[in-house]
Amino acid sequence: MAAVQGGLADTNEEKDIKTEPSSDGFGNNNANDGRVLSTSPGSSASDQQTLLAVLQFLRKNKLTESVEILRREAGLPEDSPELKGSDSSGAGSGGAAGSGDKEGGDASSLLSRTSSVTAAGEDQPDVNVVLSAYNQQGDPPLYQVYYSGLKKFIESVLDCHRAELSQLFYPLFVHMYLELVYNNHESEAKAFFEKFSGDQECYYEDDLRVLSSLSKREHMRGNETLMDFRTSKFVLRISRDSYQLLKRHLQERQNNQIWNIIQEHLYIDIFDGMPRSKGQIDAMSGSLAGEGKREANKAKVYYGLLKEPEIELPLDDEDEEAENEEGKPKKKKPKKDSMGSKSKKQDPNAPSQTRIPLPELKDSDKLDKIMYMKEATKRIRLGPDNLPSICFYSFLNAYQGLTAVDFTDDSSLIAGGFADSTVRVWSVTPKKLRKVKSAADLNLIDKESDDVLERIMDEKTASESKILYGHSGPVYGISFSPDRNYLLSSSEDGTVRLWSLQTFTCLVGYKGHNYPVWDTHFSPHGYYFVSGGHDRVARLWATDHYQPLRMFSGHLADVTCTRFHPNSNYVATGSSDRTIRLWDVLNGNCVRIFTGHKGPIHALAFSPNGKFLASGATDGRVLLWDIGHGLMIGELKGHTDTIYSLRFSRDGEILASGSMDNTVRLWDAMKAFDDLETDDFTAATGHVHLQDNSQELLLGTYMSKSTPVIHLHFTRRNLLLATGAYNP
Amino acid sequence: MAEERRQKQCSVSLPTESMKAMAESVGVGQLQEESCAALSEEVSYRIKEIAQDALKFMRHGKRRKLTTNDIDNALKLKNVEPLYGFQSQEFIPFRFASGGGRELYFYEEKEVDLSDIINTPLPRVPLDVSLKAHWLSIEGVQPSIPENPPPAPKEQQKVESTEPLKVVKPGQEEEGTIQGKSQGATPADGKGKDKGLIRLKPRSTHELSVEQQLYYKEITEACVGSCEAKRAEALQSIATDPGLYQMLPRFSTFISEGVRVNVVQNNLALLIYLMRMVKALMDNPTLYLEKYLHELIPAVVTCIVSKQLCLRPDVDNHWALRDFAARLMAQSCKTFSTTTNNIQSRITKTFTKSWLDDKTQWTTRYGCIAGLAELGPDVIKTLILPRLTVEGARIKAVMEGPVVSNIDKIGADHVQSLLLKHCASVIAKIRPQPDNMEQYRTDYGYLGPMLCSHVMKARTQAALQAQQVNRTTLTITQPRPTLTVSQSGLSGSAGSRTPSIIKVPSSLTLMTPRPGTPSQPSPPATKYIVMATSAGASSTQQVFQDFHSVLHSSHPQGSLSLIGVTLNSMNLHLQPHRSLALFPAPLQPCSLW
Repeated sequence: MAAVQGGLADTNEEKDIKTEPSSDGFGNNNANDGRVLSTSPGSSASDQQTLLAVLQFLRKNKLTESVEILRREAGLPEDSPELKGSDSSGAGSGGAAGSGDKEGGDASSLLSRTSSVTAAGEDQPDVNVVLSAYNQQGDPPLYQVYYSGLKKFIESVLDCHRAELSQLFYPLFVHMYLELVYNNHESEAKAFFEKFSGDQECYYEDDLRVLSSLSKREHMRGNETLMDFRTSKFVLRISRDSYQLLKRHLQERQNNQIWNIIQEHLYIDIFDGMPRSKGQIDAMSGSLAGEGKREANKAKVYYGLLKEPEIELPLDDEDEEAENEEGKPKKKKPKKDSMGSKSKKQDPNAPSQTRIPLPELKDSDKLDKIMYMKEATKRIRLGPDNLPSICFYSFLNAYQGLTAVDFTDDSSLIAGGFADSTVRVWSVTPKKLRKVKSAADLNLIDKESDDVLERIMDEKTASESKILYGHSGPVYGISFSPDRNYLLSSSEDGTVRLWSLQTFTCLVGYKGHNYPVWDTHFSPHGYYFVSGGHDRVARLWATDHYQPLRMFSGHLADVTCTRFHPNSNYVATGSSDRTIRLWDVLNGNCVRIFTGHKGPIHALAFSPNGKFLASGATDGRVLLWDIGHGLMIGELKGHTDTIYSLRFSRDGEILASGSMDNTVRLWDAMKAFDDLETDDFTAATGHVHLQDNSQELLLGTYMSKSTPVIHLHFTRRNLLLATGAYNP
Repeated sequence: MAEERRQKQCSVSLPTESMKAMAESVGVGQLQEESCAALSEEVSYRIKEIAQDALKFMRHGKRRKLTTNDIDNALKLKNVEPLYGFQSQEFIPFRFASGGGRELYFYEEKEVDLSDIINTPLPRVPLDVSLKAHWLSIEGVQPSIPENPPPAPKEQQKVESTEPLKVVKPGQEEEGTIQGKSQGATPADGKGKDKGLIRLKPRSTHELSVEQQLYYKEITEACVGSCEAKRAEALQSIATDPGLYQMLPRFSTFISEGVRVNVVQNNLALLIYLMRMVKALMDNPTLYLEKYLHELIPAVVTCIVSKQLCLRPDVDNHWALRDFAARLMAQSCKTFSTTTNNIQSRITKTFTKSWLDDKTQWTTRYGCIAGLAELGPDVIKTLILPRLTVEGARIKAVMEGPVVSNIDKIGADHVQSLLLKHCASVIAKIRPQPDNMEQYRTDYGYLGPMLCSHVMKARTQAALQAQQVNRTTLTITQPRPTLTVSQSGLSGSAGSRTPSIIKVPSSLTLMTPRPGTPSQPSPPATKYIVMATSAGASSTQQVFQDFHSVLHSSHPQGSLSLIGVTLNSMNLHLQPHRSLALFPAPLQPCSLW
């Protein structure tokens, strides 16, 4: 690759000289850079550039020691007069641009350039460093020629390579357009966009819309989408053969312009073997930054479930309870006989019990577990021939204000978050909601009595619903704690609040996200919870810490939904960048990146056995993922609008999806997963062969009466509860 | 097309005039063109950016509609102060104004007198949020209850009835595939695909749930019962309830049987009630009646042309029923006539045939003319006008000749006024102006002079109306009694005011039997019918086909078990002295058929 670059550099220089007279001071500078970059020995240009940018940042913040250390480690020349000069220019002298030019030199010219841009009065130096990479490298009118040349080439190659190489179109298009815009060739940029935007895949339409509104260099600052393109390399997966073909073509044509973009902004993940088909590529592409790198999905994930704690059941009627003992592993994985015997053994795929510290079970938790097991024995076995009944809870008079809903695991409480900042809790059982008595009254009661738990409740406050006030913006996420004592809510005001369902008051406001928090979810074991928001960061919290324990950053756009793995060791986040990431709670690493959705992801669900993940997005599709192998294993098409809710039945046999198109759909999850498990080939190569069997897997479609389905929940007996606000 | 759209996206930006207008509104007078251009680009970009962010809030708010709040939130995200006090749940009307070569869209902000606001009584407190539970599906089958959408939307019903082989109902298809799967899932999995190809239209079973049966009973009893208020309520329900699709075969059989029986008994009141039911069914926006026309049309036509519809033809106003039924007929012709069923041409043919017959009685004659006349001015022009002379002679014979019977005289009188009423407006349009009595007499015979005066009246009226409304007349039909319904359905704005919650039944049984009065969201008190006076598309009258062959070709499957119950009860209601007559041979009144 280095050789190629060197060869291309000569032509590069010639072009630069040609354009020099027409370009302004910046252009002049940049032309210099082009030469410097391409001839700099040893390290690649972009690396050095980043390094210098970091140096620049450090110096600006007066971190002189760090500057020294970094410089020593990177082997850059010792502090020189040039650097001082640029330092002063960083402080505000406008003439630095010229001086930097005269100094020449490897590092100094780069530094002076960045600092001169800084001196132009910007408050985001790092942004400028990033943007400055779009320096002038070619003749703007020739961009169209380059692009259409490549287009012609790709259209002429063999069919098997064409699909793979077509992936190049979109990233190249974007970067060439941005380059034009950055260099103030507004009309050329516009013409370029108009000519080629129609060729792009339809699922990039949203991004293209953002791009189209961007026509000035000034707009590029602070534009998130643009920053995503710059800060991350667009990842493409291309087979070796196709790649060779492309490389040869570009060398023959001396098409250094496109080659430079590929080098700088694209990450090409080359694999050996058959080129992929169009369908395979389409299935995986669509995210903001291309596909996930293959090695990103190689880390081991302990997707197994934790061992259930041993609980002695009160053997009042032994017959039923005896069944319970055996029925216990049902929750884990009843469908496989091999799993049935594992109830005592540790699942090899499960994390160790103490991998992350989990709270101890309280007596009340144990009682709840017993209740759970009792209920589980009465559970209906679902299947294609035995569909669940669906009970629909409609919110009336919500005036389009219902934004989030959650059920408790035992389906006794339902909570709704509203656009008017309130959180409302309803009791769905005849048991009314009661507050705990005030402290003064609590003093009066007899603490030794057996029914002390009853006595502490204030009968006067009994009501079917309670309203929780505290947020100052729409409540977008809501989640009950597994023990039903707490409720979490996340809101536009940037906070996550923890409410007590004993006193119906707010206990803690977790501040950290300074922007709207789109979703929050309690760990299935309690104590931990995760939240994600507009700041593109998902945070892991513990209820007793006011600061987050982990920050999961890596998404390129808003984190739109968050979900805990059933074993509490992992967190899945879906994002507007159209990727799903799986994070390890232990070390905060991103262990899986799933790409394939063509719109922001709004729903996630883990299968009860922890092996699979289902995701739903605005594109109306449900995608199924194998967590262990890091592969897409299914696509369920049918919905016509955003999917807001996904849920597996308690045994994992049925997947229910609820959507904005007012329907609940049921899918045969067993079949979807079974089809896959035999296919070893996909696991080895990382390719997906998706068969279009959505119609076969669709078990039922149930339309509601103009009520978008925004939450689904399977009761412990496998009755499906759906909710939504009625829109007259 | 996508490309075009995209290109538009690329180029859309605010015009520079907007910048000028805005600058002027904040007091900056002279803004240079260049600055305007620069500003407009910048502003367009920022607006797009904010709109994109606002969309995010809309999505997370789980809405389809962008609200002002979303914009506010997006502004807050950018650290910009939101627009205070600019709240609207609904669409914001922008007004348009032009003048001085400028076009301006603006949001009207009225100056409000504070005292006005203080003095106005407080608006009603909006209803509190409440939860309501219903079964969306019971073990895979969606119950047809008012909370669920109608099982088959009108469009689908239409497709089903016009192209029966093409469509497979989604619900049935699902069941079909499920069965296919359960079969295919057993040993031969590979053949599963073949099975998907064979798509037979499954036999549809018409099972009514208990609630539906109760509803049917209540409705039919109310429709033919003695209580007018109840009837109005029931008709209202038929006309608006979305879930009647399943019961349609029952209703149509009920009507056709009812007409059959009551024509024989000359029970005018019941016939009127039944026709009102037909009208209500036709008015229901969720029903498509095509499949049931073979039952409904004979019933309606019977009510138009039957020789005798009441016990005392000289006193009772059976003419009104004929008119009403004729209007119904015309309406169904308009809605359902296609090139395959040729309803209109066949109806026309039937009417003309019996009208031309000399032996036809005056009552039938009246019905035929009414039926034809309602089909529109074209039909009047081509079929009725040429026969005015003959008809006039016949009327003259009765009116001026020896007194045969009072009944004939009344009949002739009604036919005469009917002809005058319908023909006058048509003649007024097609005949050039000077209206000459003598000319009319030569053209139209006996009826000529009377027509002439009617035409003149029609002309003056038309001129008057033309001044008031442009070529359309608004007629207000009799206002329906407003229904207030105690039940609050899903659609109930009349729901309970307190936050209430209905628990889900713990077992999987049906919900409580559904009351006979379904929820009614907004009672349409008055109905405006706009009648265009201009001649519409002319009907296809060339093709004549035998009526019976097609109409009777498809009978709906379904039992008539319930019809007995209700017929029984309606007879009890109205004619306690009469014995139940379910099986008289109805040949005589239906001789036309």
